[in-house]
Amino acid sequence: MENSMSKIQSNSIFQVDEHGYYGQFGGAYIPEMLHPNIEELQQNYLDIIYDESFQTEFLSLLKDYVGRPTPLYFANRLSTHFKTQIYLKREDLCHTGAHKVNNTIGQILLAKRLGKTRIIAETGAGQHGVATATVCALMNLPCVVYMGEVDIERQAPNVKRMQMLGAEVRPAKSGSRTLKDATNEAMRDWIANPVDTHYIIGSVVGPHPFPDMVARFQSVISKEIKIQLKEKTGNENPNYVVACVGGGSNAAGAFYHYLAEQNVQLIAVEAAGHGVNSGKSAATSQLGRVGVLHSSKTLFMQTEDGQVVEPHSISAGLDYPGIGPLHAHLFDTKRATFLSATDEEALQAVLLLARLEGIIPALESAHAIAALDKLKAKENEIVVLNLSGRGDKDLDTYIRELKL
Amino acid sequence: MNRINYLFQQKNKNVLSVFCTAGFPELHNIVPILEELQKNGVDMVEIGMPFSDPTADGPVIQYSNTIAINNGMMLKVLFEQLKGVRAKIHIPLVLMGYLNPALQYGIDNFLKDAHTCGIDGVIIPDLPMYEYETFYKEKFEKFDLQNIFLVTPQTTENRIRKIDNLSNSFIYIVSSNAITGGNNDIQHAQEDYFKRIQQMQLKNPTVIGFGIKDKQTFDTACNYANGAIIGTAFIKAIDQSKDLPTSIRHFIQTIKQ
Repeated sequence: MENSMSKIQSNSIFQVDEHGYYGQFGGAYIPEMLHPNIEELQQNYLDIIYDESFQTEFLSLLKDYVGRPTPLYFANRLSTHFKTQIYLKREDLCHTGAHKVNNTIGQILLAKRLGKTRIIAETGAGQHGVATATVCALMNLPCVVYMGEVDIERQAPNVKRMQMLGAEVRPAKSGSRTLKDATNEAMRDWIANPVDTHYIIGSVVGPHPFPDMVARFQSVISKEIKIQLKEKTGNENPNYVVACVGGGSNAAGAFYHYLAEQNVQLIAVEAAGHGVNSGKSAATSQLGRVGVLHSSKTLFMQTEDGQVVEPHSISAGLDYPGIGPLHAHLFDTKRATFLSATDEEALQAVLLLARLEGIIPALESAHAIAALDKLKAKENEIVVLNLSGRGDKDLDTYIRELKL
Repeated sequence: MNRINYLFQQKNKNVLSVFCTAGFPELHNIVPILEELQKNGVDMVEIGMPFSDPTADGPVIQYSNTIAINNGMMLKVLFEQLKGVRAKIHIPLVLMGYLNPALQYGIDNFLKDAHTCGIDGVIIPDLPMYEYETFYKEKFEKFDLQNIFLVTPQTTENRIRKIDNLSNSFIYIVSSNAITGGNNDIQHAQEDYFKRIQQMQLKNPTVIGFGIKDKQTFDTACNYANGAIIGTAFIKAIDQSKDLPTSIRHFIQTIKQ
């Protein structure tokens, strides 16, 4: 059976070392209370996920349950509009509406093999929470999802989805009551329940091995792109791979098998909010400094004194003050180019894709579309854009902001 | 001799240590609080350096951090306040907080200024052993600051031995699998864990913290360790206080009665 993930590139400078560092970024800055859980994962994750029975089950669920491979679609009218060749990787067609489920399927299979009987997760907009609640229903495991009190109010339908799937949604009432606080609460739960519980982190953030593990589960995206692009163009490498970055899991998946291909330009698109220098932004690579947040050394937005600054983006999935350590390293080494799109540009991109291609994207993915304008790709160049999620969850925002 | 070593040489039982967030309840409270604690017979103080995202702490300590940050507390201000504190305070002082603010201050500057103010040790819960040994140990030694490690019910015997070898002050025994401010009394399973540590006969003294909130839990903890740390209960005792010296005196009396 073909392995959807492989250990190749293990010597690449873009892979973690044994202590979980990408260059100077990463590591596992965990309190001692989490040491046994993290050590257990560090010592076992590669053996478990490359075990044949794991791969068989993982690939079969990705195919029959998630609906993979997702199409790589040549977007004809969008290409004409931007005067270049654009392919959309249709992660929006995954079960539950986004790429998030690739990771939750992988992690729940891992949790079962570790003998864990209870699952916790954090969620911002609710997409990762829904993807986690979904796999917990599938595997009959109890599920607690932490969600900021503010987010619970602004993402009510996803709260109901999680509850329908049998998950308990617990409000994070501390701090700013958003995604970073939900992450803190999930970590506190894990500290209190170190033996029976697995924490399914939703992005390429947190202590080692989470960034690497989540990137490997999401790497199925670029694995498929290579095969599909070769079928369509005769060449598995495009000129550009474009993806939006909040924590960075869909970008990590779309970039993964291209990291060592220096002729492929990797484009990460952050949320500029009201504008990078407006004070209401989530453009971490531009506004962040190196520090330690959520157990990882990475770039994040902070005050001079090292207190975490609340980001702003219209897109809840990009509304995170940091980026994963892989992306910090890609930024630092200039392997990836970081662009940004404002709330308004993203909203216009939603309409553009809807009108030109009949696809309503998620607000997160719309940031990647909005960046196409700034990319200035040539007419004969090939751009692969990871369309990470669909827009159903954002309909209320679209109705309100686009005055529909 | 380091003040922490001296303390445990003089007193190896019932060492009472108190944690207090700097800048709480008001910006300039920490030095007067230290004076009151010393006056009332507290043996050692952990001075909390506030952080916006204190993952290992419960709601009460996070609340005190939020208040302190809003009051304008930051490391620069704290070191300014602690200048000259050794003219009044002779008990050991330990700084406790998360790694990031110290990183932003610059770890060398942080250690240097802590040393200059007469700080004896540092507890950084999110600075694990590997990172400490690899990146920071030499710097701590250069500025003669003790790094104090935590041990939990899940920490293996091997790892406890390693922590014991790396330590030269005391070891912080986390009482249960929980964040700070737990509400339960000490359970039998915890006592088994304390006994297990006690029987290891570590070279460093041990102090139990997390969930120590009154005379009963303090006394129980002291049966198994050289002392105990009270944090959340103290923060609650001084929150909204109109008269800090009286609130502090009453609180300490209830523990030591």
